[in-house]
Amino acid sequence: MASHYEAPIRKPLVVGNKGYHDVTVDIAAPVEGRANKHWWIVFSIALVAFLWGVGCIIYTISTGIGTWGLNKTVNWAWDITNFVWWVGIGHAGTLISAVLLLFRQKWRMAINRSAEAMTIFSVIQAGLFPIIHMGRPWLAYWVLPIPNQFGSLWVNFNSPLLWDVFAISTYLSVSLVFWWTGLLPDFAMIRDRAVLPFQKKIYGLLSFGWSGRAKDWQRFEEVSLVLAGLATPLVLSVHTIVSFDFATSVIPGWHTTIFPPYFVAGAIFSGFAMVNTLLIIMRKVCHLEAYITVQHIELMNIVIMLTGSIVGCAYITELFMAWYSGVEYEQYAFLNRATGPYWWAYWSMMTCNVFSPQFMWFKKLRTSIMFSFFISIVVNIGMWFERFVIIVTSLHRDYLPSSWTMFSPTFVDIGIFIGTIGFFFVLFLLYARTFPVIAQAEVKSILKASGEKYKTLRDAGKPLYQISNAKISTEESVTQDVLMGEVAPKEGDKMGVTELLSSIGTFDATKETADDLKKVKGIGPQMEATLNQIGIYTFAQVARMTEKEYNLLDSITSSFPGRAQRDDWAGQAAVLLNNKK
Amino acid sequence: MASKVIHAFYDDDDILMLAVKKVKAAKHHIDEVYCPFPVHGLDKAMGLEPTRLAITAFLYGCVGLGVATLMMNYIMIEDWPQDIGGKPSFSYLENMPAFVPIMFELTVFFAAHLMVITFYLRSRLWPFKKAENPDVRTTDDHFLMEIEIHGNEQELKNLLADTGAVEINITEKNSH
Repeated sequence: MASHYEAPIRKPLVVGNKGYHDVTVDIAAPVEGRANKHWWIVFSIALVAFLWGVGCIIYTISTGIGTWGLNKTVNWAWDITNFVWWVGIGHAGTLISAVLLLFRQKWRMAINRSAEAMTIFSVIQAGLFPIIHMGRPWLAYWVLPIPNQFGSLWVNFNSPLLWDVFAISTYLSVSLVFWWTGLLPDFAMIRDRAVLPFQKKIYGLLSFGWSGRAKDWQRFEEVSLVLAGLATPLVLSVHTIVSFDFATSVIPGWHTTIFPPYFVAGAIFSGFAMVNTLLIIMRKVCHLEAYITVQHIELMNIVIMLTGSIVGCAYITELFMAWYSGVEYEQYAFLNRATGPYWWAYWSMMTCNVFSPQFMWFKKLRTSIMFSFFISIVVNIGMWFERFVIIVTSLHRDYLPSSWTMFSPTFVDIGIFIGTIGFFFVLFLLYARTFPVIAQAEVKSILKASGEKYKTLRDAGKPLYQISNAKISTEESVTQDVLMGEVAPKEGDKMGVTELLSSIGTFDATKETADDLKKVKGIGPQMEATLNQIGIYTFAQVARMTEKEYNLLDSITSSFPGRAQRDDWAGQAAVLLNNKK
Repeated sequence: MASKVIHAFYDDDDILMLAVKKVKAAKHHIDEVYCPFPVHGLDKAMGLEPTRLAITAFLYGCVGLGVATLMMNYIMIEDWPQDIGGKPSFSYLENMPAFVPIMFELTVFFAAHLMVITFYLRSRLWPFKKAENPDVRTTDDHFLMEIEIHGNEQELKNLLADTGAVEINITEKNSH
């Protein structure tokens, strides 16, 4: 159909010979399989870091903010640095899913799910810092405009810190809803594939009973589009408002009008870097190289290069404006950044954020996976230093030279930061094992336009589909029960049995135990008996079956041809076998 | 009351689209089509009305803007006006620039959440809701067209077999 047309010059977004069912199988595989040793090792490290962070948070709250390295000159340091860093990272998810949706960029579909997960998890980390810094987090509800026992005492709606409360909580909740709505059809896919009743129940619960009616899809698409339209200005507003925390103050180095666009560009920059960090690992671990291709990484690198250059422009503009303003305090703030005692932080920031993304001009480098991973880490470090430079170097030498000082973090500062990184990875690793990490329904909808299989067919001038009336099997029944019932095998020839067993292996009753083949959907007691008669007793044997064996089986039992293939007995058996181990 | 329905399975979205058009051309009412992913143009081909969710989102956004304005006017101007940073709170309009961020955030908050809640309720989606797709393959790679039978079983079967269905079932369905 014409609607599937895509310019031949565009490279496929799904590589390999993938049809709709292959997408399902590939994306359900990490959820249905078992975690390997590497996952457990990384998860344990993240969990330990998280628990260490929890300990430091408890120590802070029970003892006081004095456990941090803050002093009367530098009264905001790592806490707000970490807050802004995490919020910034949280920008890529919505940007990818919302802005790229509005621009109809199909490549977003392989990465939007994980990018949004990253957004939600990192905004959670960000939100922790202001709450801890309150000192008495159980009074956090005081930031809400609610009537209280102090008479007409209200929150101050002129304060950017209060705007932040509204911006961050709106952003977190809207991102969560956007993410979950997109997840419903994918949870439904896993629910309908689930073999064990417990999994079926859990994914049934998570999928909110999604059934995929035409009307549901029509509404789904409309809701996605409107949410994207709402989330796009929202994502820009969030970091704008975060930058207001500084820009509306009168501290030299903070009081600059360029902050909103500069912070937003920086946020997108660091967010894409984090997406690259996470997805380069995930595509390998979850075997998703066919969906998250080198082209995806390259495109993200280009965004990193672009936003990195915008950030570089902003740095230089800041310097120029400091000089051009003629305000000596402003001039000193920037001179001190570059040449003062914190020169190393400033030049780390410059190197990591302005210099390193320029390597992405070279095609060879931006299509190199190892190099992309390296740069993504460098950018993450650089963006942390950016916030540190803005906050600490602007504060540590104020108007009164006698109060000039330095900031040194205590183990509690460091512990809480490490703890949030641990918490982030705990959440992300759990997500990667239990959620469909790619928006499979969306990927299926672009498969005919951008999948390699269909692109090749189109280039060869072959049709993308064939109407075949041969395969029709009309099953008639009046009740659902009989319909879903087992397939009754018939007696057939025994000729093919040896041939069948030779390719799937024989069962040795002395060494192995028979499996309950009825667990495979489509095999009932009678079919199991027939399979046992033939000599098939284990999941391992069923799992080895391919089209050839299915056909052979069909010819032996001569009932319901194609049933085994349609229900994917081999695939189901492989999952059951994996679970048994 | 149980009614008899015919289920036609398709394994390709293009074949489904052609089938829907053929069935519509033969003047049959398509009760439902279950798809694993959004098929563009299917709603039009089936004759579904366009959704009005975007309009509700706009209205909810207006509500959010109104709530933000009323709330901040009451709190900052009427109930306890303060002189903050030499900028006294005499009237909402004069102080409005400081209130723009919250007005924007609450507009988005109301529009997004209320629209999604409306969507969930209209499409009957909530936790513990039982899925209603008649076959598990409809979330994988199969498309299912459901047509109610009114004594024209054989005619429908022949028609659907002609449209490239890979499987045709006749089953009973409990209306709910």
